[in-house]
Amino acid sequence: MIDFHAWPDAHGRFGRYGGSYVAETLMAPLAELTEAYLALRRDRAFLAELDHDLAHYVGRPSPIYHAERLSKKIGGAQILLKREDLNHTGAHKINNTVGQALVARRMGKTRIIAETGAGQHGVASATVAARLGLECVVYMGATDIARQAINVYRMKLLGATVVPVTAGSKTLKDALNEALRDWVSNVGNTFYIIGTVAGPHPYPMMVRDFNAVVGREARAQMLAEYGRLPDALVACVGGGSNAIGLFHAFLNDREVAIYGAEAAGEGIASGHHAASLAAGRPGVLHGNRTYVLCDDDGQITETHSISAGLDYPGVGPEHAFLKDSGRATYLGITDDEALAAFHELARSEGILAALESSHAVAQAIKLAREMARDKMILVNLSGRGDKDVHTIAAREGIAL
Amino acid sequence: MNRIDQRFAERKAAGRKGLIPFVTAGDPLLEATVPLLHALVAAGADLIELGMPFSDPMADGPVIQQANERALARGVGLAQILRWVAEFRGRDAHTPLVLMGYLNPLEIYGYERFARDAAAAGVDGVLLVDCPLEEAATAAALRMAGLRQIFLAAPTTAPARLALLCERAEGFLYYVSFAGITGADRLSIDTVRERVQAIRTRTATPLAVGFGVRDAASAAAIAAFADAVVIGSALVERLAAARTATEAGETARQFLAPIRQALDAAPAAHAA
Repeated sequence: MIDFHAWPDAHGRFGRYGGSYVAETLMAPLAELTEAYLALRRDRAFLAELDHDLAHYVGRPSPIYHAERLSKKIGGAQILLKREDLNHTGAHKINNTVGQALVARRMGKTRIIAETGAGQHGVASATVAARLGLECVVYMGATDIARQAINVYRMKLLGATVVPVTAGSKTLKDALNEALRDWVSNVGNTFYIIGTVAGPHPYPMMVRDFNAVVGREARAQMLAEYGRLPDALVACVGGGSNAIGLFHAFLNDREVAIYGAEAAGEGIASGHHAASLAAGRPGVLHGNRTYVLCDDDGQITETHSISAGLDYPGVGPEHAFLKDSGRATYLGITDDEALAAFHELARSEGILAALESSHAVAQAIKLAREMARDKMILVNLSGRGDKDVHTIAAREGIAL
Repeated sequence: MNRIDQRFAERKAAGRKGLIPFVTAGDPLLEATVPLLHALVAAGADLIELGMPFSDPMADGPVIQQANERALARGVGLAQILRWVAEFRGRDAHTPLVLMGYLNPLEIYGYERFARDAAAAGVDGVLLVDCPLEEAATAAALRMAGLRQIFLAAPTTAPARLALLCERAEGFLYYVSFAGITGADRLSIDTVRERVQAIRTRTATPLAVGFGVRDAASAAAIAAFADAVVIGSALVERLAAARTATEAGETARQFLAPIRQALDAAPAAHAA
């Protein structure tokens, strides 16, 4: 039987996925980062500092909330929400940036760069950079800047420089390319805080480790509050950081079913989606082998999702591994389904979820209908929806 | 004997420095690619690097990114590129040609199939920007088909890795002159000289230097200690405006002629 906690191997591989597919110039800084991080993840003083920041700055632990009215309305399994939306800055992203910023400081780096899609990771990076007094440059696709104006302004308020990326499809993947170009040009003083469990080794491992606090907490909370583990986990998957964060602690609990909700956009058949695992194929993108969305010439295709944070044509290599091994199931949720779930949760529980997280809620609602009332589904409510209010209003033809 | 090895051996014997122009396949015009390759040879190219366009060229600066976007907008793919190479080979049996690009198109085409088709078309080597030494098993099929896998060494490459690179290098070793992206203006001749001379003591494989070489002066300065210079962005930038294949060829000739002259005037001997 596979020990799912044994990955990645020494080469940064999750089975046949992962690795370090980058330009030669980046091999040395990646090796330097790997060495530093492998030492820090066993360093008691570092871990104590991280725990302290997670408790006093991020606001952990986040509660598990039983969405009783929603569950009753559906009439199936009980839906429980892991409230990552209550973290400082409003999403799970801060778990990772707090951790990486501490690594950056330990490595003596003075400049932070980051890429961002929805802007949540950019805000979380600008936040920790401000706190540690580090310079911060955030790369963001021009298309995303237009649809996430509030987060762009938040980053600027926090003292970060937001650089619009006009190459390619002008979204997250292009922002990631541009951040890699910046890093390759400034390897001496710069620390690249990647926001998801993709990129070259050690990023998929390091970003997972920093987000895995979500699942560790949730597992202990389930046992303490309900005396049992949930029957199923659900999280949305773009790059996959909040999902792997929830899943990781449960991977060896075979009785817990695991579901990832990808962005099916206007439907998988329409071609306008971002469901790399459900509709993609193994390839190499942004430094790792994983499932990618590309055409028959191997060119990465433009993706579509109502949520900027899921609008990415690749996915973390560990998810590719979990898919192939059958341990996790990845399904597509359309824009319309996510929106319907957003409204359902708002009206029945008084919670505005991020559009990204609304994909997970939609998947949970579907699952709950097919499961008995004594079953429990734990959803990672990865972020709050304030940032998406304008997008939703515009889509529904409402002028604010 | 592989055309790359043969060409470097000939040039060394003749005391001549190598000129390696880079162009992106399908740019500036689909119909310009094959005539342009011949024009590069006529202008004094010793080896040609032909870029395989990719949607996400993470090591390239704006000039080559835009060349990629232009070529992709015209639908250039690997099958088309190999047809162009075969057509070029119909009239040029001697000039070595290296395909340069990123892994994903090969991954989807299939490494074995690509290696077989590329060798049959007359490709001599492949340089995969996002396939470092550690991941070279990925591209093992290329070597099986007799293609040279060209590795890069960078200013950041640590001594132990450099030793391994020197040991595994084949065809030629491509030294990236600075930590940055293609086309940037950060070339420091003294720093590059020091590094290249250090690498020289570790390997007999020919050394080419690229990134930031943009004119006759920088090419000649590099050629004083390297075996060859690679010129990409500066050429691609000039070609972008060409409206016909003839115009593209003429632009390449005018740009490369003074560089060729400067290389031929440069002192042939290098520190051993």
